[in-house]
Amino acid sequence: MPRRKGAPEVNAGSMADIAFLLLIFFLVTTTIETDAGLDRMLPPAEPPEDVDVVIKQKNIFTVNINRNGQLLVEEEIMDIKNLRAAAIAFLDNGGDASCSYCKGRKDASSSDNPEKAIISLKNDRETKYSTYITVQNELVGAYNDLRNREAQRLYGRDFTEMEGKFLNPETGSAERDDLKPKVKKIQELFPQKLSEAETSAN
Amino acid sequence: MAKFAKKKDGDLPAVSTASLPDIVFMLLFFFMTVTTMKDSSLLVQNTLPNASEIKKLEKKDRVIYIYVGKPTREYQSVYGTEPKIQLNDKFASVGEVGSYILAERAKKPQELQNVLTTAMKVDKDANMGLISDIKQELRQVNALKVNYTTYEGDAFNNLQ
Repeated sequence: MPRRKGAPEVNAGSMADIAFLLLIFFLVTTTIETDAGLDRMLPPAEPPEDVDVVIKQKNIFTVNINRNGQLLVEEEIMDIKNLRAAAIAFLDNGGDASCSYCKGRKDASSSDNPEKAIISLKNDRETKYSTYITVQNELVGAYNDLRNREAQRLYGRDFTEMEGKFLNPETGSAERDDLKPKVKKIQELFPQKLSEAETSAN
Repeated sequence: MAKFAKKKDGDLPAVSTASLPDIVFMLLFFFMTVTTMKDSSLLVQNTLPNASEIKKLEKKDRVIYIYVGKPTREYQSVYGTEPKIQLNDKFASVGEVGSYILAERAKKPQELQNVLTTAMKVDKDANMGLISDIKQELRQVNALKVNYTTYEGDAFNNLQ
């Protein structure tokens, strides 16, 4: 039986439906994972030997978290909401007047300068992780606030934005080379010295 | 003005939908390429805490993941409700973290081995004791760069 015409045309109208079905399947099953978080450096396992550093007590800002999530800051109970301001006041103090950019109270009984100021964080084994992260967040936030202030003064832009751009692999190399010394400079103005002691067992 | 009124009834041309599949396929391929399939299924509950001062984790190939949390409901009868560590696709004890990190590190290309980050995806209800143990393990194998993976948000929401 000879065909009258050529092969009949396949109706492609449902192609879109099939494609939509696939699209929706992928939309539902995949997650665009945006991994972000607090970057921290752990101290090396073996402390450098033959260095016997004496740190003055006034240069250490102690933060203790107990098992109920209560804070003991510099031997006083503190609400977690005030932690950032207290940390900023400590870091920005500039007690020995060697720090020209500090705007703190220049209290002789608090830290000498940001170079020497150390925040020591201690937590209990029973402390909840979420409380710990909140405290970490506030302490990192204190550093970021101060660094932003200096970056605004020196370069007219935020440090966090500059650092984010610098770390982003999509940023062009020319811009990164431009940002690198600036980011480094700000980091040196307020070096992040956040020490984590080993967890107390009781 | 009269120019526009001339249109006749039967003159409306049908919009061709022939290119619709192409457009949809384009979308499809876009999503297929930008999204990542989860490489390991979660055996633990993993509600991350919130934080505002976060940094993005760039370059997935430089990250080693450690999950911590209570076992999910179907595993609770076997593993209990205490927070556990998940490495790759199975539960692990604290002592296995070090060797896991070393094994993962050995799998990466030579030039990346020194710039690896350990991403800790820890459930907000976990206790710090376990985390401290993991941190000690990481220090032992010199994996010092840690990222506490969090959601973006107000950190004070964690306290409720």
